[in-house]
Amino acid sequence: MAELLLEARGVTKHYRVGPLLGHRRTVHAVEDVTLAVHRGRTLGIVGESGSGKSTLASMLVGDERPTEGEIELLGRPLHRMSGRDLRRARRDVQLVRQDPYTSLNPRMTVERIVREPLEIHPDLVPRARRRDRVRELLGLVGLSDDHLDRYPHQLSGGQRQRVGIARALAVRPQLLVCDEPVSALDVSVQAQVINLLENLQRELGIGVVFIAHDLSVVHHIAHRIAVMYLGRVVEEGDPDEIHHRPRHPYTQALLTAVPDLDHRTRGAETAGPTVLSGEIPSPLDPPSGCVFRTRCWQAADRCAEVVPPLETQGADGHLTACHFPLVPADRDERRPSGASG
Amino acid sequence: MSALVEVRGLRVEFRTARGWAPAVDGIDLTVHEGRTTAILGESGSGKSATARAMLGVLPPRQSRVSAGAIRVDGRDVLEMSEAQRRTVRGPEVAMVFQDALSALNPVLPVGYQVAEGARLHLGLRRRAARERAVELLDLVGIPDARRRARDYPHQFSGGMRQRVMIATALAAEPRVLVADEPTTALDVTIQAQILDLLRRLQRERQMGLLLITHDMGVVAQMADDITVMYAGRVVEQGTADDVLGRTEHPYTCALLRSVPRVEEKGRPLEVIPGSPPDISALPGGCLFRPRCPHAEHHCTTAPQLVEISPGHLSRCHQAQVQAEVQAEVQAGEVAGG
Repeated sequence: MAELLLEARGVTKHYRVGPLLGHRRTVHAVEDVTLAVHRGRTLGIVGESGSGKSTLASMLVGDERPTEGEIELLGRPLHRMSGRDLRRARRDVQLVRQDPYTSLNPRMTVERIVREPLEIHPDLVPRARRRDRVRELLGLVGLSDDHLDRYPHQLSGGQRQRVGIARALAVRPQLLVCDEPVSALDVSVQAQVINLLENLQRELGIGVVFIAHDLSVVHHIAHRIAVMYLGRVVEEGDPDEIHHRPRHPYTQALLTAVPDLDHRTRGAETAGPTVLSGEIPSPLDPPSGCVFRTRCWQAADRCAEVVPPLETQGADGHLTACHFPLVPADRDERRPSGASG
Repeated sequence: MSALVEVRGLRVEFRTARGWAPAVDGIDLTVHEGRTTAILGESGSGKSATARAMLGVLPPRQSRVSAGAIRVDGRDVLEMSEAQRRTVRGPEVAMVFQDALSALNPVLPVGYQVAEGARLHLGLRRRAARERAVELLDLVGIPDARRRARDYPHQFSGGMRQRVMIATALAAEPRVLVADEPTTALDVTIQAQILDLLRRLQRERQMGLLLITHDMGVVAQMADDITVMYAGRVVEQGTADDVLGRTEHPYTCALLRSVPRVEEKGRPLEVIPGSPPDISALPGGCLFRPRCPHAEHHCTTAPQLVEISPGHLSRCHQAQVQAEVQAEVQAGEVAGG
């Protein structure tokens, strides 16, 4: 196994809100999440809005402190750091955001944007070499010297995301946390950025946490996938395992909901129990027991009483948090095929 | 299969720093009863401008329709006065937008907003219209519709708001529903619910559905006919089987290959280099040429949209050559036979 870069153990994040109408309430954003990221590997995190994936990202890069649990970055306790230690630790883990348009300063040129981290961490590169380093970084992400003097609004969405990645790489991080890095981009440009991230990982040997709502994108890029629902990891494992033999009902529902690119299945209403009705419950008032039970078609009494632990089901390293995990039949074999309309 | 809306030679221009630029350049499109026509395109392809022109809701001053015809029931919407258009918008053609929060009025209860369409276009009295609104909210799957009709848009989740907007669009019983990225802002499990709803409504009412999206999965699952747009022009057009099964245009091919597929894990994704052109500075010749893997010297002249097989059109020189060869072969056969 490659070197362990980051480990989160039992990480929980609660926000206190209110007092509203007299009482304070608690948002259960992330609940008891355990995961690990290794050098040269990509951990994909999939979840819909409200799953807590972005809150988790903020904790993994040290922007938010967990309410409970521990995060170890290169063996040091990130969750307890502050001040200078935290600033130093942030060199090792960098965040790439979804929308590079709002995360890049519109009044700065590309050169200043990419150079800024080098000014904040002046010991990294001597002043005289910084311009060269910026050029080198732009080259790394597929931009040229022509882009140095441009402003963000003069760039396309894909180019802005490249600038965001170059800036994140400036401090030579060991780990990149990407929060929905391609979802704001046009389809034809998404592939460019995904390939870029894969190439960078190969060249630099960095670890990557890739957070997205798009299962096919995550399946493509990740070595391991964690599926989140309402603050919890409900299933985790090898991408092909997850995709072909999902054990958690939510994962199966998520997979079924993605429109199939094969047009011959057109018009077939996504039928059966796996079409989820209703919506994700509020994290202010999550269901007791299993958080998915309110939308699950096989929920039983036990699901309301006991939180199902995330434990191995079937194949090694395939973890599922469900009292009644699905029987592994190859999912693709059960899809409608041929010209059934 | 009757045509409900016919768009012919539509040209829409946007005001830019460099003057009027073509956002939509000569598109032909037909929406049939009981069928789904999809416009597939990336941002800036002109797909939304086409839809907005059909309803006469393009932003004034920043945009103008400079040519073409949009016939609804045989009458050209572009020739109509605003008052006449209002009789078309709603009962003939209604629209669902991507962002329901900004499309609905924040200070009116949703029931009132749904009832408004029924009052204006079907002439229902206040009480009857209110009942109709509750029925419609129920139809689109809002639980406890009678009570929720009194709630305001901000009290609904994204998916429920999208349902409310669909209910307002259905109020005047339109024959054509135009849905502009109706599920783009939604999570996939909610998207599946909304797509099922649109399918069911269409089947029950034999509505024509014009679906505008950038999502190839949605197109593959919903469309009977597909129009692929790039930089304001139609690059490929045909039935879903034609466009997705016998893809002709290099842009459509590249788009389809750039989507990650499960069975191709481990291989780098095929990439379309660069990004779509700025409409105020379009390249000469074929607009896709700068990004096309098959571009050749003759691509510096603009290709025509040619028919490759009945109803299947592609705007590419390669297709043009093929079509000419085919025509010659056929002519030869006729002469020889």
